[in-house]
Amino acid sequence: MTEIVTPNGFTLDDAGQRVVVDPICRIEGHLRIEVNVDDDNIIRNAVSTGNMWRGLEVILKGRDPRDAWAFTERICGVCTGVHALLSCRAVEDALAIEIPKNANSIRNLMMLAQYTQDHLVHFYHLHALDWVDVVSALSADPRATSELQQSISNWPKSSPGYFRDVQNKIKRFVESGQLGPFANAYWGSPAYKLPPEANLMAVTHYLEALDFQKEIVKIHTIFGGRNPHPNWLVGGMPCSINVNETGATGAINMAWLNQVSDIINASIDFIDQVYIPDLKAIASFYTDWTFGGGLSGKNVMSYGEFPALANNYTNESWMLPNGAILNGDLSTVYDVDPRDPEQIQEFVTHSWYSYPNPDQGLHPWDGVTVPNFELGPNLKGTKTNIEAIDEQAKYSWLKAPRWRGNAMEVGPLARFLVAYARGHEEVKELVDSTLTDLGLPITALFSTLGRTAARGLECSWSAHKMRGVFDDMMANIKAGDVSTANMEKWEPATWPKDTKGVGIGEAPRGALGHWVHIKDTKLENYQAVVPTTWNASPRDSQGNIGAYEAALLGTPMADPAQPLEILRTIHSFDPCLACASHVMSPDGQELAVVKIR
Amino acid sequence: MRKTANQPDVAGNWDTLVLGIGNLLWADEGFGVRAVEHLNVLYTFPDDTRLMDGGTQGIFLLPWVRGARRLLIFDAIDFGLAPATLKVIRGNDVPRYMGAKKVSMHQAGFQEVLSSAQLSGEFPEELVLIGVQPEVLNDYGGSLTENVRRQLDPAVDIACEVLRDWGVDVQPRPQPLPADELMSPGALDISDYENGRPVVDGPSR
Repeated sequence: MTEIVTPNGFTLDDAGQRVVVDPICRIEGHLRIEVNVDDDNIIRNAVSTGNMWRGLEVILKGRDPRDAWAFTERICGVCTGVHALLSCRAVEDALAIEIPKNANSIRNLMMLAQYTQDHLVHFYHLHALDWVDVVSALSADPRATSELQQSISNWPKSSPGYFRDVQNKIKRFVESGQLGPFANAYWGSPAYKLPPEANLMAVTHYLEALDFQKEIVKIHTIFGGRNPHPNWLVGGMPCSINVNETGATGAINMAWLNQVSDIINASIDFIDQVYIPDLKAIASFYTDWTFGGGLSGKNVMSYGEFPALANNYTNESWMLPNGAILNGDLSTVYDVDPRDPEQIQEFVTHSWYSYPNPDQGLHPWDGVTVPNFELGPNLKGTKTNIEAIDEQAKYSWLKAPRWRGNAMEVGPLARFLVAYARGHEEVKELVDSTLTDLGLPITALFSTLGRTAARGLECSWSAHKMRGVFDDMMANIKAGDVSTANMEKWEPATWPKDTKGVGIGEAPRGALGHWVHIKDTKLENYQAVVPTTWNASPRDSQGNIGAYEAALLGTPMADPAQPLEILRTIHSFDPCLACASHVMSPDGQELAVVKIR
Repeated sequence: MRKTANQPDVAGNWDTLVLGIGNLLWADEGFGVRAVEHLNVLYTFPDDTRLMDGGTQGIFLLPWVRGARRLLIFDAIDFGLAPATLKVIRGNDVPRYMGAKKVSMHQAGFQEVLSSAQLSGEFPEELVLIGVQPEVLNDYGGSLTENVRRQLDPAVDIACEVLRDWGVDVQPRPQPLPADELMSPGALDISDYENGRPVVDGPSR
């Protein structure tokens, strides 16, 4: 190759210098990005290599379907509850189990709390530092920060003295010689655009977000019975509700429900008075950084999430709708059917797996996971020390999922675009008012910053939606319905001999589906297609590139040795790599290594 | 299929937190979780001591770490030791670092949690890490290797010693732990987990 045009309309050119960003995870499950830049340091080719999925059948085949949620909760550190929920949905679908109304409300509350927490933590802990220069914050004038804060929201923590205290605290921390959360970064890079006072404001809120996180997790503890790995149950939720007395231990009582209500209010305050104003303030300094759109202006997809009606997983029920948009045509939204063998298929032409028919896609119910690690002839380096991967051959442990043969972007931006195109009033209002405030057209959403903005707006939407779901649930409980689980089909003797089911929904980071095949009361096959597989997907049999690869193209790098722009765009997807590695080591070695060849 | 304990335990402040971390789906990576489970099987503790299976929750464990006055951690460690070697690390010797270049929240490892706790100004007064050098990590769906499993008893003995030094009333369980008080859902209990492992063909797992 030097220059080729992919079927989905992107021009790739691998003639220039190759830059490799390889985060080191000691076990499986890392993401490696290689790009080629031209003489002007503009990215002209991008290669996303992931190693995160080994097929759930490897751990689940032959096990009890009612236990599957507990295993799927462990495949990923951050998405625990989401996998557990979709596992329950898939098994309930297969066994035709209907869950009670309260169970549906509690699940929605847990998912909404997950969205709220995940988006917030993602922004402040992972992504903000791609836009905010911590070292610059140390030289800020706290009075200027105070003025800025008071000009953008009514958040009470806004005095010059408060910001001075925080600044001193961070200075002391940095001076203690360890930099802590702020080590291993590219401070001072010309890619940072915020003035010092805005940097100090954002860093201050980073610390406040750490505090706020303590509150929101309590919702999961109350309804999930335990944390950090809440309990789930095929047929409903494992908690009982007892609002009239305090006798029954372990039952959800009024005191806990009042606590949930308070946490919801606090979430709304923090998001609307801190997160959203921060997002707008930061975005206003980066409006000319319009890169990273990739597939978002072309193909996006959402399975739909938050069923308003128990057991109804259609657009009649989804609070955020199901749909697919092709070629950026917002006037037509297609329905996505997870059961149709022609719609969702996974390809392995460029993935380290074998299929009976190598270039044909397989629907997840027919999915197989047979590893086949082989490297292409144009590889540079060796098998154990890859300098540059050969993307013409197999190059990723991720399969390439496609919808009707199309590579799709998934995630908050995709959900909001589908909702917007479907005329969703709440989403239209949020999107339109934000764009108006920033003086930007809707096409501005098709960018890294658009993805980041959509996540923030969805965080706010989720927190407000928790209020409505909670109030509806309380009304139902007060009307006398305290049922949380349907155990009619708990016993395997009541199950069909051979049955299939699917659970679809939206993890915070995008479309997630679990497909299950139950035979003789045991799991026969279990496949999950996770959001990062869609977004970080390698090429398919036709040569279509996935969302990460597409989003990196055309981005100018200030300095290829400091790939801040690559991290910024990849972070905007909120990558979810089942990175099992967290093994403690004595020295703080870098997590990401940049190599330029 | 066993039921699990369902006692809502709203995040508060504990005097002592015993935290097992790691991924039990990846062989010796599961050491920390298995060790805290083993401790729970053998001993009882006062109400202000919390045993927790932290999994690989990374930064999401921060609220609990910040709420603890004393923190005892079980984990797999990479100190370049011989496989299955136990090592006890105390106080400031427990590594903590973070980096802004991480690509995913999953890379926000536990060291980052400690570092964030420190930054937030709520750091445990006492900190002890009981670690084991893993022998095998890349066996998806596998359990602890024999050598690492043999370290569960010694690790738990060390933990009891540490906790008693802290004045925690550690008592052997008078009766075996009932199935519905297991830390994890029954299917993840080490024996069910191992016995139910599917036989799947494939060159690498």
